[in-house]
Amino acid sequence: MPEYASILFSEVLKILMLLIPVLVSVAMIVWLDRRVWAFVQKRRGPNVVGPFGLLQSLADALKYIFKEIIIPASSNKVIFILAPIITMTLALISWAVIPFSEDFVLADINVGILYLFAVSSLGVYGIIMGGWASNSKYPFLGAIRSAAQMVSYEVSIGIIIINVLLCVGSLNLSDIVKAQENVWYIIPLFPMFVIFFISALAETNRPPFDLPEAEAELVAGYQTEYSGMMYAMFWLGEYANILLMCALGSILFLGGWLTPIDIFPFNVIPSPIWLILKILLLFILFALVKAIVPRYRYDQLMRLGWKVFLPLSLTWVVLTAGYLMYFDLLPVN
Amino acid sequence: MKIKRFFKTILMIDFITGLLIAIKESFRQKKTINYPFEKGSVSPRARGEHALRRYPNGEERCIACKLCEAVCPAQAITIESQERSDGSRKTTRYDIDMLKCIYCGLCEQSCPVDAIVQGPNFEFATETREELYYNKEKLLENGDRWESILAANINADSSHR
Repeated sequence: MPEYASILFSEVLKILMLLIPVLVSVAMIVWLDRRVWAFVQKRRGPNVVGPFGLLQSLADALKYIFKEIIIPASSNKVIFILAPIITMTLALISWAVIPFSEDFVLADINVGILYLFAVSSLGVYGIIMGGWASNSKYPFLGAIRSAAQMVSYEVSIGIIIINVLLCVGSLNLSDIVKAQENVWYIIPLFPMFVIFFISALAETNRPPFDLPEAEAELVAGYQTEYSGMMYAMFWLGEYANILLMCALGSILFLGGWLTPIDIFPFNVIPSPIWLILKILLLFILFALVKAIVPRYRYDQLMRLGWKVFLPLSLTWVVLTAGYLMYFDLLPVN
Repeated sequence: MKIKRFFKTILMIDFITGLLIAIKESFRQKKTINYPFEKGSVSPRARGEHALRRYPNGEERCIACKLCEAVCPAQAITIESQERSDGSRKTTRYDIDMLKCIYCGLCEQSCPVDAIVQGPNFEFATETREELYYNKEKLLENGDRWESILAANINADSSHR
């Protein structure tokens, strides 16, 4: 076998080793989401397919695969088909830089967080393309809302990330985790964690910020015209994005793969398990929020993003920078 | 007041209270049941699928008085009758269009011999419309199948009739 082929093969194998667990966990997370939602409402949730209904998502996926894909006659067909593919691809490629442990990371690039941020910003294209290409009023309105919302909250997420970066002094995700060896950033930067969490809800179009697909007013937003596997791809991409935001939250604020306390029963548990547990914890919080909070009105959403979160996080950047400068704690690389 | 509200918003008091209530409630007893495996109780007065009953000796109860046909507000019942060789009047045809039926229970109330009754069965969905045009045979078969429950239900409700 020539050398490039063996390199290619090993790389593809590594990618599959990451991608398949991510896709499986996305399916599981959909089940978990529905289950938590049901529990809060005192229902049972999906519990028939497989043990505890764990295979429900698999059954759903199978159903979607066998359904007909309807492409509206007046739609822009190429863009219409491309939109869900882009959404899902962008949601999945971001996982390349997520470090699961000290040496278990697909691409340990030195601007990891920048890459993550750039890719998640591109995510809005899938939605806009879907809404535009559908050539129908509800998808279009949903796409416009979604674009405005994601752009607004990306600004505050970016500034929150700057807070963390000021403390770390590196854009590499592994370095960010290693910098939290002594204290997780959730403790000194707690208000930022709260704002990050809420912005992540808005960024991933989760309730209470699910305006792009507000079924009461917009049918299903940008997904209205989609059916079958194309709808399922939007759906998978959305949950992969949510999972990614949970992973980002646990890396930035909850110490990534680090153990909470470095004593016996905790430090023998392998580090990827810790990261997965933290992601799960954040996701359960996501699901609980979905169950208890009513949807925001559009103007309230914009007010919260631009007039509350942006000034708050900017002020906090100044405070953090000033504190680090004054006590001469700036990280030196 | 404004300051109080400001702190309430900043500290997200309402949100955290809601979150705690949600967590507490999610461990309480469920309000729903595992439907196909576990069923809710059905009242003896439940107006489900129709059935034609027989006397214990196997004779049909229906005397073809056509009161049910007359009272039926949806006109879902069709009856034809003829004198039988022993001189009694019996139905030759007793059809109920279950798609027209509004399950009001008037047929059951009007019947002088408790022949047509509505049983506790509510799970008789079919795959085609035709299967829901019940004829006498089907109704008598229903009666035979549910007789024990039907008799018990009529008995349980007898003091109110």
